Amino acid sequence: MEAAREASGTVPRVDAALAGLEHVWLAPRDGLPAIAIAPAILRAVLERLKSRAGFESMTFISAVDRLPAVPRFELVHQLWSLAHGDRVRLHARLAEGESAASCVDLWPGAAYMERECFDMFGIPFAGHAGLKRLLMPDDYGHHPLRKDFPHQGIEPDRLYREWDRRRRAAWHPREPAR
Amino acid sequence: MSLQTFEFVRDTAPLESAGDDPLHGELMELNMGPQHPATHGVLRVKIELDGETMRHIEPVVGYLHRGKEKSCESLGWAKFFPHTDRLDYVQPLMNNVAYALALERLAGLVVPERGQVIRVLLMELSRIAAHLIYLGTTAIDLGAVSMFFNTFKERENIYTILDAYTGHRMNNTYVRIGGVFADVDEAVEGLVREFLERLPAEIDGWEKLLTRNRIWYDRNRDVGVLTKEEVLAWALTGPNLRGSGVEHDLRKAEPYCGYERYEFDVPVGTVGDCYDRYLVRVEEMRQSVRIAHQALGHLASTRGGEFLAEDRRYVLPPKDRVHTSMEELIFQFKIVTDLRLPAGEAYHAIESSKGELGFYVASDGTSQPLRCHIRAPGLMNVQAIPLLAEGRLLSDMVAIIGSLDFVMGEVDR
Repeated sequence: MEAAREASGTVPRVDAALAGLEHVWLAPRDGLPAIAIAPAILRAVLERLKSRAGFESMTFISAVDRLPAVPRFELVHQLWSLAHGDRVRLHARLAEGESAASCVDLWPGAAYMERECFDMFGIPFAGHAGLKRLLMPDDYGHHPLRKDFPHQGIEPDRLYREWDRRRRAAWHPREPAR
Repeated sequence: MSLQTFEFVRDTAPLESAGDDPLHGELMELNMGPQHPATHGVLRVKIELDGETMRHIEPVVGYLHRGKEKSCESLGWAKFFPHTDRLDYVQPLMNNVAYALALERLAGLVVPERGQVIRVLLMELSRIAAHLIYLGTTAIDLGAVSMFFNTFKERENIYTILDAYTGHRMNNTYVRIGGVFADVDEAVEGLVREFLERLPAEIDGWEKLLTRNRIWYDRNRDVGVLTKEEVLAWALTGPNLRGSGVEHDLRKAEPYCGYERYEFDVPVGTVGDCYDRYLVRVEEMRQSVRIAHQALGHLASTRGGEFLAEDRRYVLPPKDRVHTSMEELIFQFKIVTDLRLPAGEAYHAIESSKGELGFYVASDGTSQPLRCHIRAPGLMNVQAIPLLAEGRLLSDMVAIIGSLDFVMGEVDR
């Protein structure tokens, strides 16, 4: 695989599978095959990569927030093929509020990856049944990995204070709420 | 490498025997965790029970979320190393190496040979320690209490070695960009050799206790079966992938740290159940012993060599020179506070004890990291719990959680 990667950054199999879909080969510093696509064709690209190029497994789905840039989000999918022994990475730029196509029906393992991406960046995935937060509480209300979210956090103990108020009201009704 | 298997005659009744049983049909919701000894951390599992049969399962994660990826963006590349220790906290040095390799790939940095050999030795010791945790905790969950003490005794010996080398039992943070912090001396090598010579006999003893144990066999065989297609589609990696018969190991497929120079076998299972995953992990410990022996040989042949690259753009100067040289002090200050990696992105994955541990790092050329995504194998293992456990009896849950093998520090990050 190392040899193939050094020889050229492109994979002919992927090119053939994506015939007719506009994609640009990138040259990332790690030398992994990577392509840039428009978010509108994300679903078609993923379907073809699974059915025609034989990528059996989704390694990770994540995003990069390049805040001053427009569109701000860069959605990253990385796929792996056991049979061919190679990987490919997809980069798609998304504006805030724009939704991406879900691929849970193609790779069931992508469910948690998309939920985490939604939780951390607020990127909705269209077609994902049961898309909800993964790591943060359901009523958190912020997306922590966005660049405009402060490192110290926002109202770090709000949820605790609300829970504490409910608890006191239920257990000690005569005690005044704090 | 295929594993030696055998078959007991099965005498268990088929699972589904509902019929007109009035005890069936009414669903009860059972909450397991987040404080439950069999969930190996703070995992919460919501289970809908029909009698003793699990109908619907939902894992709830996030109780240990500490915002590691956000911390990396605020701390900078160099100061994030101690945080990687706290991901999968039973194998801190392995996480250090995975993170360092991703940064080195981004920077285009080459680690000197002795540094790579030391890393391999530390990673294989970490792998043995992590598999010992798996073996001990899974066995005690299934009732074999003495296994827990046996494996933890040996794990303590690994910690003694790491203590002698790094000065800490856990959370060592001894890997740096460009190599490792300090050289391994001959006293530590002696401790490692002594440990490696004793461990295979210990593993044989544990296998005598477990492998042909009727209770262990019945609790694990044909429980939580994963097919090859399922394993790939659900993004499971590592021993869970190999347990289902896929001969894939990143140390062979995409060698890093010079693994192509080491001779070892990749064990694979045949059925893909909890029992196969147990056999695979036990055999992996033996293979790790083999690799560690070869690493000791490479250490002897590279004695006196460099273990840290000499590139003052990215690599910290050795501590003794920091204390005596003004220039090195300035480099130390610059790298800790203001390490800049070239703009771009890089992904590097290693074969950790739980599966493919990958770091996707993106830099915009400034000292503040743009993104550090941790591809945690444990999260995928947690996701597969409903796939394996739905439709089975409640008591199988403990075997399935144990055999998938995850650590919540890495799952929640």
